[in-house]
Amino acid sequence: MTDGERMIDREKHLGVVSEPRRVSVEKGFLQFFAKATGETNPIYFDEDAARAAGHRALPAPPTYAFSLGLMAPAQRGDIFDKENGLGVDMSVVLHGEQGFTYHRPIYAGDQLSVTTTTSDIYDKKGGALQFVVQNTRIEDETGALCAEGRQVTVVRNG
Amino acid sequence: MADYSASLVVGDALPEHVRGPITRADLALFAGASHDHVLLHIDSDYAKAAGMDDVFGHGMLSMAYLAQMLTGWAPQDRLKTWSVRFTAITPLYATVHCRGEVAEIFEQDGERLARISIGAWTDKDIQTLGGEAVVTLA
Repeated sequence: MTDGERMIDREKHLGVVSEPRRVSVEKGFLQFFAKATGETNPIYFDEDAARAAGHRALPAPPTYAFSLGLMAPAQRGDIFDKENGLGVDMSVVLHGEQGFTYHRPIYAGDQLSVTTTTSDIYDKKGGALQFVVQNTRIEDETGALCAEGRQVTVVRNG
Repeated sequence: MADYSASLVVGDALPEHVRGPITRADLALFAGASHDHVLLHIDSDYAKAAGMDDVFGHGMLSMAYLAQMLTGWAPQDRLKTWSVRFTAITPLYATVHCRGEVAEIFEQDGERLARISIGAWTDKDIQTLGGEAVVTLA
């Protein structure tokens, strides 16, 4: 069964670009992330080890770019926000796909800007499943592109 | 770090990276550390009300483990781009086996690159995600 009221309005949300969100990359959170993922490589939690390996501070690990987007949810175009975003119920989402492309390393202490664009919305199984594609750009203080993310969220309407 | 690129050939396997079994505590800590507060992963009552058997692993937790496999093999700055498709949920108490294999070695814009086929499997041999990564060799 497809619940028409729960379907995401493609025309309304397609192409929506979030406001740029400012995020600070925090050393303590990177260390917490390393602990929570059982990281054993000290460059990800020990500043001395990071510097000895040629880094200017603790590096953000590859998937942390996704967390930076979550740190500062968008006012506009957020997947869950019922007023300004897509208003999807948290109980019906699954992460479908995730990709990253890197341009510059991200380190503890960096002040970044995150922008998310809803670039596609499509459905399968007669609308029982909807797929929301969102592209995220992370830029540094000079406007240089550090990383790009591509996220596909699966919404179970059936 | 060993020179991973000198004698690399298609078909070479990356060292398997194994994490788990995934406990409720792992999910709670990862939710906090990754800023992912989706309740399906941390509140059993919520997950069951949503029709799931119980809380289950964040896809991004398995992807973080895959990242560890890659950065344990090549320095992170060699990782140019990668993507995965999540194909099954990672149940509570599953052990996550991350594997990678060199699928192609090619040149682009003067750089020597390797395309690595990557995936994660549970200890019951269910594939939970799969994709590819492109790393710079030289």
